[in-house]
Parts: sequence; C-alpha cells; structure tokens
Amino acid sequence: MSDVPNSPPQPNLLSDATTFRRERSASDPVISVSNLSKRYGSTLAVADVSLEVHRGEVFGLIGPNGAGKTTTMECLQGHRKPDSGTIRVLELDPQRDARLLRQRIGIQHQEAQLQKRIKVWEAIDLWASLYPNVVDTDELLQRLGLEGKRNARFMSLSGGQKQRLFIALAVIHDPEVVFLDELTTGLDPQARRAIWELVKAIRDRGKTVFLTTHLMEEAERLCDRVGLIEHGRLVEVGTPRALVDRHCPERSVVFTSEGALPDELRELPRAHACETDGFTHTLRGEGDDFVTAVIHAIASSGIRVSGFRTEIPTLEDVFLRLTGQRIRD
Amino acid sequence: MLKGFWKLSWLEIKIFMREPGGVIGSLIFPLVIFYILGRSLSPEEREVARQAPFNVVIVASLVLAVSSVISLVAIISIYREGGILKRLRATPLSPLTILGSQVFVKMLFTVASLALLTLAGREWGTVDVDLLSFTGAFLLGTLSITALGFVVASLVPTSRFAQPLSAALFYPMIALSGVFFPIERLSQPMQIVALLLPTTHAVTLMEGVWAGTGWGWTSPVALVATCAICGLITVRYFRWE
Repeated sequence: MSDVPNSPPQPNLLSDATTFRRERSASDPVISVSNLSKRYGSTLAVADVSLEVHRGEVFGLIGPNGAGKTTTMECLQGHRKPDSGTIRVLELDPQRDARLLRQRIGIQHQEAQLQKRIKVWEAIDLWASLYPNVVDTDELLQRLGLEGKRNARFMSLSGGQKQRLFIALAVIHDPEVVFLDELTTGLDPQARRAIWELVKAIRDRGKTVFLTTHLMEEAERLCDRVGLIEHGRLVEVGTPRALVDRHCPERSVVFTSEGALPDELRELPRAHACETDGFTHTLRGEGDDFVTAVIHAIASSGIRVSGFRTEIPTLEDVFLRLTGQRIRD
Repeated sequence: MLKGFWKLSWLEIKIFMREPGGVIGSLIFPLVIFYILGRSLSPEEREVARQAPFNVVIVASLVLAVSSVISLVAIISIYREGGILKRLRATPLSPLTILGSQVFVKMLFTVASLALLTLAGREWGTVDVDLLSFTGAFLLGTLSITALGFVVASLVPTSRFAQPLSAALFYPMIALSGVFFPIERLSQPMQIVALLLPTTHAVTLMEGVWAGTGWGWTSPVALVATCAICGLITVRYFRWE
C-alpha cells in the first residue's frame, strides 16, 4: 500500500459485501454476451443469445432440459467454441484467454464425478495445489459441513455431500465468478436448501454466480435475475418478481363464507371475475393492491368469513405461459 | 505445471492401490502364477522351455505391455464417461498433464511388474541381457502401443465397448508381431499390416537388444513415428466427455 499513497480504500469483500454489491452492480458487467450462437449438426442449440451479468449478482439461466442452458454456460467457460457471437468474462475472451480465465473462475459441471476411491482431503489437496492463491481449506470444509468427511472416499458420500464437495472445489481458489450447472438436481429438499444457503454465502462475499436450473422454485429463491431460455433462444430476462408482474399480473382471492355474497363483492370494480362454488368464492383481479381491495370490501360488507387465501402467480406460471408447456424433466 | 503432474500421478497411484484387484491383479497375481509354473517344471522341462522357438521373456513383456494398454483404454473411457476428465479439464491442469499422468502411472506399474518377474526368475538362471537397454526398448515399445491405445480411446463410443474392443484389436497384434514366428511366413498383405503395427517393431527392437545387436534405427524410428502419428490423431479426435 505504501507505494500507492493516494489509492482509494479497497472494499473488504467479507464485511462490506452488501455495500459492495449496491455500488458496483449496475455499471460493471463481469459477463457480457452478444449474439451467441452454437449449432450441433442440424440442431441449433443456442440462437442469438445476448445478456449481461453484473458483479455480485446471482444470475440464473432457466428453461426446460435441452433448451441450451448448459451449452450457453460452457461457451462462457471456454469449454465450447461458439459458432458466432462475442463473449467476455472478466474482460477476457474465454477461447483465447482460456488458461488465464480458468484461474479466475470456478466451475461446477453437471453430472461430472470424481474418481470413486479418491478421498475428500485428497481432492481438496490436489485442487489447492493447482492455484497460486487458495482459501483456508480447513475452514472451507467446515463451512460446507464436510470436516467430518475428510477421509471418506468419494463413492461413500451422499448426493448432497458430493455436491458440497464440488462447490468446495469450485471456490477453493476464491474465484471472481462461479458457474454452477444444475447444482441441486436429484437432491432431497433438505440438501437442496443447504446448497442454496451456500450459494447465497458465495454471493454475499461479493462474488458473481452464474447458474442454470430447471427448478423454478430454486430460481425464484436464489436468483437476483433470471434469463428464460427455450429452444436456444433467450425469451426473457429480469428479476423473478418483474417477470411475474409483467407476464402473470393476476391475483386470486379465495374465501369461504356461508350465506349469499353481497353485490358489492360480487361486482367489485377491480375484479375481472367472480366464481362461486357452494360456499367458496373466487375473485380474480390484477395488481398488487387487488388483494387489499378485496379485504376492504369483505370488511365493509360485514359478512362472516371462515376461510381465506390468496393465489399469487410464481415464476413457474410465467414459465408455463411463455413456453406454453410443462417443465420437461 | 510439473507440480500438478506429480500430484495427480501420486494420487492415481494411491487410487489404483485401493482398487480391488489393482495391485493384486497387476503385480502379485502374475508373479504367483510365474512362480508356481516355474516351481512345477523339472530342470529338464525347463531346458525344453529355454529352447522354445520363441523368446519367453519377450513374449511376457509384450503380453504385459498390451494388457496394460488395454486397461489404460478402459480407465480413460471410464473417466470420460464419469465426467472425471471433464472435471479435471476445468482446472488449470493442461490436457497433456491429465493424460500424461495416466500413462506414467500405467508404465510405472508395468515396469514394476516386469522387474518383479525378472527378480523371481533369477532362481532358475540369470537373464544375460543389458537390463537398462532392454527396459528402454520395452518402454519405447509400450509407449508406442499406448499411443495407438489412445487412438482407440478417442474413437471408442462407450466404456462398455472399450475393454472388449481394445482386447480384440490388440491381442491379435501379438500373433502378428513376429514374436512366435518370423513375419516373412505371413502372406504379403499381412506382412504389410504387421509392419504398420507398433507391436512388430517393439518385438524387433527387444529381440535386437536381446541378441546384443543393439537398437539399430528402423525399429526406434518406426516406434517414434507411431507415437507421433497417433499423438496427432489423438490431439485431433480425443473427446473429453
């Protein structure tokens, strides 16, 4: 520091993570892709994809299996050569600067295993020896709940433990960008939630996370922004909330009330529709304050309500609406 | 990246030792068979074996080399199918380091096995040959067969096919190599095939060293050329996943 007397104070990645994200995120793309296309034989796997990912955000590429998520990600990592388009990751060209880039990014490949009889500490030790700067591996294992598994062979680990080991290997050199491909596929709900917490922790350290998933709940809970890809085309990009508001603004209020429904509720101006099935009534409308309007109307009508729930669309509804299909597994 | 090479090689050695049948299958089992067979022969029978129309040591070396190449092809395709190659490839390790350490470890065990057999055979008479030169010839021959093995590993579709396919390709090469009978006895087209195979040149080289006539230059050149050509094909066609 002494030879750079006037340098501004450096942000501390560990303690100032939130400030860091707020200040830098809007203007600082760490990944930028323009007009990326990749073809396998006669299949167009990725078609004219353009996107930007900013420092400190979790960006999720969502879409059904075979939509082009992994191919896009592998082009960004430099593992696949795009047919056309420009890619910059940390201002490097993944094809030309592959070796340099590999030092600064962390990769978790989908369904890639390790040697069956390798021990956890041996894998950690090998990976740690390959990079000039490594994090404290004991602390890393502890943070990932693997400290008791140091001497376990890879083949004896559970699915969740294997994924946690892969995360450890992907972040062992404290990379600036972490790529996670289908990280929680096939895991039970507890293991899945534990992995989500780990990803959030990576993000909170100021790192950028680029992940793919076909689980909409995962994308909704984990990602700051998502890009929806279908048949190789990027259909939509935005925050999960913005995508829901844009494509599925409907809200439904379902309540149970004995006795007739007063007209002021039946003909609530904000409601598009009112359906009654026995004592159960469903009011449909749009916008955030629709639910409030219904609550006010119920309160002022004085009817007795024995059940009340709202139905708010999720990313899954957006997915179904935009792709017109179920999630293919 | 030499550090990565040693680290990965040492790791692969340890992993191989943990394989059920790894050390037993590649080192101890051949030794035990050799010893039992050796003990069961009377001195007269042993003399008959010594006068066999082929060199027992070279046959053993060639079988050893070919089996190690077949098992290397299987390992590479299992590693590919399990995504292990892909995962290693995502690190700063160079492709040459990743595959090179596999070859190194295999060679190490093959030479160790040959050395153990030689030691065990001392009881029944010493081998009158320049051991260093013979080991060199054996290594060059094995390396060249390994290079051909990598071409097979590049082209074989799944690991299920790797073992039977490479066995079907490589074991007949032993028959054609001239180790049992001179290749001049083959038909003209088969002679050409034999001369294109690294096994034939490996045998010629080892026989030359055995006879004390030295390395010559045709066999070494043919073996190095095989390495180069197969190496280029591998670089072009090898699949990491």
